[in-house]
Amino acid sequence: MSEPVLQTSGLTKRFGALLATDAVSIDLRAGEIHAIIGPNGAGKSTLIEQICGGVRPDAGRVLLMKKDISALGRHARARAGLGRTFQISALAMEDSVLENVVLGAIGAGAGPWHFWRSALASETLTDRARSALSRVGLMDRHDRICATLSHGQRRMLEVAVALTLLPRVFVMDEPMAGLGADGSKLMTAFLDDLRHEAPILLVEHDMDAVFTLADRISVMVHGKVIATGTSAEIRMNRLVREAYLGDLA
Amino acid sequence: MHLNETALNGAILLGLLSLPLYALIVDEPYTITLMTRVVILALAAVGLNIILGVGGLVSFGHAIFFGIGGYAMGILAYHAQTFTILDFGLFITDGTRLMPVIWLVAMAVSATAAFLIGILSLRTSGVYFIMITLAFGQMFYYFAISWPEYGGEDGLSIYVRNTFPGLNTLAPIQFFAICLVLLCLALYIMARLRRSPFGLALNAARQSGIRVETVGIDPVRLRLLAFVLSGTVTGLAGALYADLNRFVSPVMFSWQFSGELIVLIVIGGVGRLMGPVVGACVFVALEHLLGGLTEFWLIILGLILLGIVLFDRGGIIGFLTGRAGAHV
Repeated sequence: MSEPVLQTSGLTKRFGALLATDAVSIDLRAGEIHAIIGPNGAGKSTLIEQICGGVRPDAGRVLLMKKDISALGRHARARAGLGRTFQISALAMEDSVLENVVLGAIGAGAGPWHFWRSALASETLTDRARSALSRVGLMDRHDRICATLSHGQRRMLEVAVALTLLPRVFVMDEPMAGLGADGSKLMTAFLDDLRHEAPILLVEHDMDAVFTLADRISVMVHGKVIATGTSAEIRMNRLVREAYLGDLA
Repeated sequence: MHLNETALNGAILLGLLSLPLYALIVDEPYTITLMTRVVILALAAVGLNIILGVGGLVSFGHAIFFGIGGYAMGILAYHAQTFTILDFGLFITDGTRLMPVIWLVAMAVSATAAFLIGILSLRTSGVYFIMITLAFGQMFYYFAISWPEYGGEDGLSIYVRNTFPGLNTLAPIQFFAICLVLLCLALYIMARLRRSPFGLALNAARQSGIRVETVGIDPVRLRLLAFVLSGTVTGLAGALYADLNRFVSPVMFSWQFSGELIVLIVIGGVGRLMGPVVGACVFVALEHLLGGLTEFWLIILGLILLGIVLFDRGGIIGFLTGRAGAHV
């Protein structure tokens, strides 16, 4: 078994009376897609936020490449190698598609402390940005304003920005949400290949996609991971069927 | 029909240059002074536009830097004209009447103040940022009022305009030229800055702070630097304004002036390069033309502002070029 690239140990977060995550310990290994599923309110988003630095856990640690990143903020974790996409697109909506991806290249490359040269005239930045755009099939829309993109295209743009970061780990929060059948199929095929570049921690409600893609699945209910295993194991798990999957499996 | 923004910008600058030249020919020095006022207000607003228009933070305390620039000029020139010593503890000077030195001091002090105020206030955003910058502004205002060495509430008069090597700054057109060159320089730097990696990241941070964090950039640092640059430019404008009037007073620190700067930008076009320039032209023109007719000219200004906010968020530049303003 390979070493985990990303690992959480005992992540606990309480919001008042609600225990959003209860000593969650999961890991993500090289080359795999590890899906987190669970009903709404199970604590998946809180878990993601604790991994990415948006929410400080009450207890527990996050390790990336064996390094403790628990004390780092969002931006420092991104620099350490977390490439994140959002459930609700968080893009610069007034900017062009290319500018959004160039922003990723700026963050991953020399940083924003350059004041004179035009960002879009820098080949180092635009080459990186364009190659990410062509990988997700948005190259022909590079000069469109982000706000004019369709929902599915914004989803792909989110992924393209994450690609420019060359992250060690992808953390994706419902990348299929709101995509049509065709869009889901495209995204599924894309993520299937992407796992070989960097492992993916995938929170997703689309069960077809999850069972197609995931090497391992963890099921969260009421803040707890109640089971972790392969697709087949999770399908057969009685606890999971009772708690969540119902007739789906 | 919509105009090309680059062509429009060129036309605006040409207008700024030609009106005073015309005034020179027909010998109307007051018009030149009026245009100098436009240029200086525009420069102050170009400064504010960095943090407001690109960074998306409404600073309601930019009069702080305008006032600091003004008092930097006032204090240095006061000691030079009274032949008294200015003792900083660390070093002693007898003041100066040289504009470039005054400008550097004005900018350095403004930058330092912006850094310290920024560290404290950039933890907040939205309405809280507006309130905290307003509070800092009031602190500076009341400090200036209660500072008897430099005139307190009455302000400080400087008898002769400060000097610039090789120029006669008392000739209105020459002082105008100095101000216009500085404005053009600031506009050029602003144009470069907006397209640079820094400008792109700052503009993205205005639209989504989480977006820039996700690519590994700390938005607070971007905004802090933007705030410092912003205060520095407005500080320079303050020094020029004091030299234009040969007078500084606590009014330069007033919250009303902070508000006027915001109004200039909203009228011209938030985040647009020439927005502050157009805003300053409109503001001074209304103040001059309507102010002569009625004391209530600000009501007209208010109506214009209302129209822009309700119907045309891009300001005058946005209206002419068909482009929306930056959403703050």
